[in-house]
Amino acid sequence: MKGKGVLITGGSKGLGAALAEELSGAGARVVLVARAEEELRKTVARIRDRGGEAHALPGDVSDKLQAHRIAGAAAALVGPIELLVHNASTLGPTPLRLLLDTECEDLEQVLQTNLVGPFRLTKIVAGAMALRGSGLVLHVSSDTAVAAYPRWGAYGVSKAALDHMNRIWAVELAQTGVRFLSVDPGEMDTEMHAAAVPEADRGELAQPVRVARWIGRLVAHGVESGSRIVVPGEAR
Amino acid sequence: MIPARWPREEPLRERLLHVDPCSGSLRDARIADLPAILRPSDVLVVNDAATLPGSLQGLGPGGTPLEIRLVAALPDDSFRAALFGAGDWRIPTERRAAPPLLRTSDELHFAPDLRATVERISEVSPRLLDLRFHDRGAALWSRLYAIGRPVQYSYARAPFELWHVQLAYASRPWAAEMPSAGRPLRWDLLLALRQRGTKVVPLTHAAGLSSTGDAALDAALPLPERFDIPQATAQAVAAARAEGGRIVAAGTSVARALEGAALECGGALEACSGETDLVIGPGYRTKVVDGLLTGVHEKSQSHYALLHAFAGGDLLERASAHAEAAGYLTHEFGDSWLILQCSGLRPPPVAGKARSSG
Repeated sequence: MKGKGVLITGGSKGLGAALAEELSGAGARVVLVARAEEELRKTVARIRDRGGEAHALPGDVSDKLQAHRIAGAAAALVGPIELLVHNASTLGPTPLRLLLDTECEDLEQVLQTNLVGPFRLTKIVAGAMALRGSGLVLHVSSDTAVAAYPRWGAYGVSKAALDHMNRIWAVELAQTGVRFLSVDPGEMDTEMHAAAVPEADRGELAQPVRVARWIGRLVAHGVESGSRIVVPGEAR
Repeated sequence: MIPARWPREEPLRERLLHVDPCSGSLRDARIADLPAILRPSDVLVVNDAATLPGSLQGLGPGGTPLEIRLVAALPDDSFRAALFGAGDWRIPTERRAAPPLLRTSDELHFAPDLRATVERISEVSPRLLDLRFHDRGAALWSRLYAIGRPVQYSYARAPFELWHVQLAYASRPWAAEMPSAGRPLRWDLLLALRQRGTKVVPLTHAAGLSSTGDAALDAALPLPERFDIPQATAQAVAAARAEGGRIVAAGTSVARALEGAALECGGALEACSGETDLVIGPGYRTKVVDGLLTGVHEKSQSHYALLHAFAGGDLLERASAHAEAAGYLTHEFGDSWLILQCSGLRPPPVAGKARSSG
């Protein structure tokens, strides 16, 4: 990863922040995007204190104009993006609700953030990767993409579509050297998980730092493009 | 000729005038025909520079309204910029009131929260400045993207958004204006070219402003521009030349980068970064580039002079007359020309350091 330009969405906390710390520790030049400006700056400061390179771009990846601004500013700061991590996502309204009780507008917003946002940012960034013959786009998925849990409808649909988009990207750009991965990190001790499952026993949840370490090794070693990878229990 | 005033919906259907200097022939084609026109041994080189949000409306000393257009990035987050009188893209720059006469240390303010200090006034024109913004790094780039808009000219139908001026493979925001020859190159076409064996490879070139409306400044264009040639691109060019393939530049900025880099790097193209002040025009004998994919340029435009390095004046005159009669559209969303030598065979490059010059 040394010297490589990395762009991570949802980078202010949880798995995004942990991945930023992991990858910057390996020498990557990391740009972090999140709506929460204050938390984003704290994460960047933490990385810099450890000698890593990180930059904060506050913004909302579900917004078309902001996505273009983020991609341009990121490339200006760290050069051509070689790893794009789609980690930003939203559950929609919590407590989670049945599909019959989900407003259409809430589903649309979840799809904008979890599906259209990653599509748009990949569309802006992956062309340059394909021209240069290398690059990796990593989608952070979920077990809700493959298992039908009641009340996880909007989120699960968005992650299932994200997984499929991952496969289609991989097929369409198969000969270009750009790889696409979906990674299911499993249940982690994050703010998002607490919002979705407030009654969960935090002691049973994986720590984002451990999951990020495993994903960091995955990125370094590489797997077949289009794959969906589940972070194994022992790594969590 | 008629300008295209807005992006068209089907770039592959846009017109392509194939100009053949070997036979002197002109052939009407479409962008989608490129894979059939180029050979598997050819290399198409494109400029992957993204377009800066380079037009900033602001206030000078005493609150005088003005516009600056970013021309090029300088070290330490400074920029070279051109200064214009008040007015947005709807008012041609040559029809605007003169901009305020700035001095070094003057401060410019761009609402809501971006400030810059004039560090240097160019000897070329008092309208060419070096600016140092008061923000650095991510804070600066966030504000530039929030405040700046793409540079555009008065013939457009409506304001451009960033996505109107980014190519399908844009990366670092180095270009003051869209490197527009690459605009119709959609991925469907690029993958089709690669499937046939024609390599498509990038370089990055900081394409500058094409026009300012100020006679002194326009006479100095193009200003020196930085370039970056990746290793893989230099290797692809060398391999193609060894096999008699043709090197086709997608745009005048790519031609300038390739020829300028070859001069800077000792006569043959190598992976390197630098800045070139090379001006290609009548009488210039290209050392790397065999063909040029370019927009339709009016004879009065500075880019037109560059075409003379690829075809004779008589053929260019005929091509211009044909394009006008056939209704080819001009400017960045317009149609294209492909001026392409029939052979890429060349004598081996002369070794040794050469200084680029006009």
